[in-house]
Amino acid sequence: MKDAVESTPEPRLSRVPEVGSAPIGSAAEMRLAEIWESAPGWRGWLSTVDHKEIGLRYLVTAFIFLLMGGIEALIMRLQLARPEQTLLTPEQYNQLFTMHGVTMIFLYSLPVLSGFSNYLWPLMLGSRDMAFPRLNALSYWLFLFAGIFLYASFPLGEGPNAGWFNYVPFTGLEFNTGPNIDVYALGMVLLGISTTVGAINFIVTLFRMRAPGMSIDKVPILVWGTLTASVANVFAVPSASLAFFLLWLDRNASTHFFDAINGGKPMLWQHLFWMFGHPWVYAVVLPAMGIVSDALPTFCRRPLVGYSAVALSTMATMLLGFGVWIHHMFATGLPTLALSFFGATSMVISIPSAVAVFAWIATIWLGRPVFSTPFLFFAGFVLLFVVGGLSGVMTAAVPFDFQLNETYFVVAHLHYVLLGINVFPVVGGIYYWFPKFFGRMMNETWGKWSFWVMFIGFNLGFFPMHLAGLLGMPRRIYTYAPNMGWNTVNLITSIGSFIFASGILIFLVNLVISLRRGALAAQNPWDASTLEWAIPSPPPPYNFAVIPLIASRHPLWEDRLDEGERRSSLLEGYLLMQGRETLGTTPLDAKPDVILKMPDDSYTPFFLGLASTLAFAGLLLDWRQFTLLMTLAAGLALTVWMWPRTSLAQRVPRREPMREKNHD
Amino acid sequence: MNDSGLRCRHCAAVGSAFFSMVSAAMLSSAAEAETEAAPLNYFLHSYGPASTPTMYLGWVFAAIAVAVFLIIALLLAGALFRKRAVDEPASIGRDNQGMRWIYIGTGVSTCILFALAVYVLITLNTISRPARTPALTVTVTGYDWWWKVEYEDNDPARRFVTANEIHIPIGLPVLVKLKSADVIHAFWVPMLAGKTQMIPGQANEQWLEAEVEGIYRGQCTQYCGLQHAHMGFEVVAQSPADFRAWQDEQRRAVIPASAADAVAGQHFFIERCAGCHSVRGIGAAGAHAPDLTHLNSRRLIAAGLLTNTPEHQVEWIMHVQKLKPGDRMPGFELSSSEIAALSAFLSTLN
Repeated sequence: MKDAVESTPEPRLSRVPEVGSAPIGSAAEMRLAEIWESAPGWRGWLSTVDHKEIGLRYLVTAFIFLLMGGIEALIMRLQLARPEQTLLTPEQYNQLFTMHGVTMIFLYSLPVLSGFSNYLWPLMLGSRDMAFPRLNALSYWLFLFAGIFLYASFPLGEGPNAGWFNYVPFTGLEFNTGPNIDVYALGMVLLGISTTVGAINFIVTLFRMRAPGMSIDKVPILVWGTLTASVANVFAVPSASLAFFLLWLDRNASTHFFDAINGGKPMLWQHLFWMFGHPWVYAVVLPAMGIVSDALPTFCRRPLVGYSAVALSTMATMLLGFGVWIHHMFATGLPTLALSFFGATSMVISIPSAVAVFAWIATIWLGRPVFSTPFLFFAGFVLLFVVGGLSGVMTAAVPFDFQLNETYFVVAHLHYVLLGINVFPVVGGIYYWFPKFFGRMMNETWGKWSFWVMFIGFNLGFFPMHLAGLLGMPRRIYTYAPNMGWNTVNLITSIGSFIFASGILIFLVNLVISLRRGALAAQNPWDASTLEWAIPSPPPPYNFAVIPLIASRHPLWEDRLDEGERRSSLLEGYLLMQGRETLGTTPLDAKPDVILKMPDDSYTPFFLGLASTLAFAGLLLDWRQFTLLMTLAAGLALTVWMWPRTSLAQRVPRREPMREKNHD
Repeated sequence: MNDSGLRCRHCAAVGSAFFSMVSAAMLSSAAEAETEAAPLNYFLHSYGPASTPTMYLGWVFAAIAVAVFLIIALLLAGALFRKRAVDEPASIGRDNQGMRWIYIGTGVSTCILFALAVYVLITLNTISRPARTPALTVTVTGYDWWWKVEYEDNDPARRFVTANEIHIPIGLPVLVKLKSADVIHAFWVPMLAGKTQMIPGQANEQWLEAEVEGIYRGQCTQYCGLQHAHMGFEVVAQSPADFRAWQDEQRRAVIPASAADAVAGQHFFIERCAGCHSVRGIGAAGAHAPDLTHLNSRRLIAAGLLTNTPEHQVEWIMHVQKLKPGDRMPGFELSSSEIAALSAFLSTLN
């Protein structure tokens, strides 16, 4: 490692960290725990910047939103179970399907994956935290507040009611006068800030925070998935934020961006929304596919087949994902040439998905599968992924889409994609990492029941939606006549949805009971290969007592894999304990580069998030002085945040060199 | 289809077989029975050159999707359950095996996708414009929540307006110009053509042609607010002779009422209804709601919600907000004599 340190460019490191070990219970280890622990009680709760704590909060919050969106769906399925039901008024139905979409797409599907990535990244990468811990906390608080903001008007019967893609001019002031669309527009801009800062944090973390030796070709696929999604979000979210901001201006400042009567363009909304919307769809599935790519091999007792191919296909999907947005708009009267181009790219985008599918199947085929609960979810996911992919190819066929577009076929497709590719891996992932999160195992019997009930309920509920679509049932209708041929399929769908919900309920009961009574989990209960299983369950606040030195993609399987002589050093590595410290490494080769001084716990992210949210609330309610006051408060919080602190200085002044004696 | 003698030429054994495969035996008998009645079932029924190539395309795609799904499911089942040699339990497979799966699987998928893409582009080109120049142009405007239908003609005197029912002659391509008066709607007659959005400030158009006489259901498919669910219409395809007769009838203005109760109803109509509705010939020229000049020539009222009977007309006027909550037409509290007069007047609108 000496070479590595000395090869770094000027100015040289003024301190070379000690290499050693710090076993549990040693003085060094106890000192580390003291440095990294958050304060007990509400102080620690509000101020913590621990990525594990933030990750769990993301997971729990996203799951609460999943349950809310799920209950909305069940109420709608009651209304649609039979023709001409009057359980809901049209307005109630419209708000329910809108909030269901907004909740599932924005408040559940990406945040839940951010939860996994926040918790797991530093553990998988061999770091002590994310690159910007306070930004991480801000990202969570803003997500929580934006979620509450988006729901604020719903209990008053004034929820957003224009569908999650919110087409103008229906959402213009002329046709939608309440506060509902303003809530949606401002809430989305607020949530966009959370997504953006979170994405930047992931990108920097990947390139700077890997354990030495973990070159770019050794990171887990989940990391590739989240990185790809994050880079995409940095480019895609501005499009949505802009669209919603322009809409808000149209509604509140009498601008005419989308107002056709005054020269605006309703099509502009569709373009801006889907330029964001389509990459977003991939952002909420690629990390989930990463979960499967990383966890499935554990249960197959072999490494993933085609690591590089899968990593590259992840990025290829995202790259193509920016060139397919018009497939949401095939029926808008665009010229045939444009339709041909976007139809063709929409078919090409399934090629990288094929790479992943065959990699997973080959991994199972060549391995020796262990049929534990997480494995069932991952194997089931492969099948649902294929169904969602095939229906996607059908909707990519432009002429056929002229028929399928805006029918229940699309509803079926998007639920196979979002539930199949997001919810199944997420639930499987929770079964898989639960022992790491909480130090206890989840119950296997209940686990298998939850899988089968969810899997059967899901297919019973959502497969008939394909048929409803082929029978011509449009989306977003609050009722239907009995003579349209849609009665049976809708009844089966409603029954299936309740069976699926029971499966989720079994999973949650299992989770709550296991939290208290589950069998104690060992450090590596599944005999997995990646770094997060090299530390105790649950992980100590500092994650790694020493920063490990990595030699392969499978640090915990090296002795059993035929991969050469090199071995990772997990128990002996860099000791960094002069305050909160971790190691920064070079972007590609992960050579040690710099000792990173990490910030202490801080209240500023919470207050910055709160003040920003209140400023948005002021905009919504047209309280101008309040908005101004809250903006100033946010500025103040930011100033406190940014105030220079010697403890965070990344370089000791040259006058007092602190170069410590190298241990050899 | 209301006409039982009218059966699809294309939906014989092949279509049914596809349908059964797709439904995966989940919904066998019940759905099949309902399918017979499903008026928007474009997957099995097509009656014109703008939609038939798409229907075949749908069958090919559905068949390939089912086949691919079965192959993948078999591979997955094989991978899960194949017999494995007893091995040392602790051993881990080699990292670098199995790439052949990806090469072959992706290679085959790419070839299939390429062939399908070519097929898609050819079909798109086929249906993008009719083989002959359309002889008839109809402008359809979407309103919350009904359809205004204007028959264009070079001679302004021969133009006329109707609502929620579009008549076309069979065997001739018809150009449909699509406009919107308020929000985005989508025009869709699935058994004749795919859908196209009607976007304010934008001149969209599509074409359709019926090869067989019959009544084809249409439906708005772009979410447009409270009563999006009840925004239907019908396309009536007739022989050219019948169509010409219908056109001549529609161009005629109504003869003002002469019977006493109808005259009272006409006065009431002009006073209370003509702000929104128009009836040519009596000076009712409202432009916010369906033209009622030849109301009784239509099969349905309220954008496809009710069959057009005198009883339904009265029920609609009295309980519009219950039948179609949120509709732009307000509910009316009418006395029985007013209702009787209005009904008598409406019965003259043939």
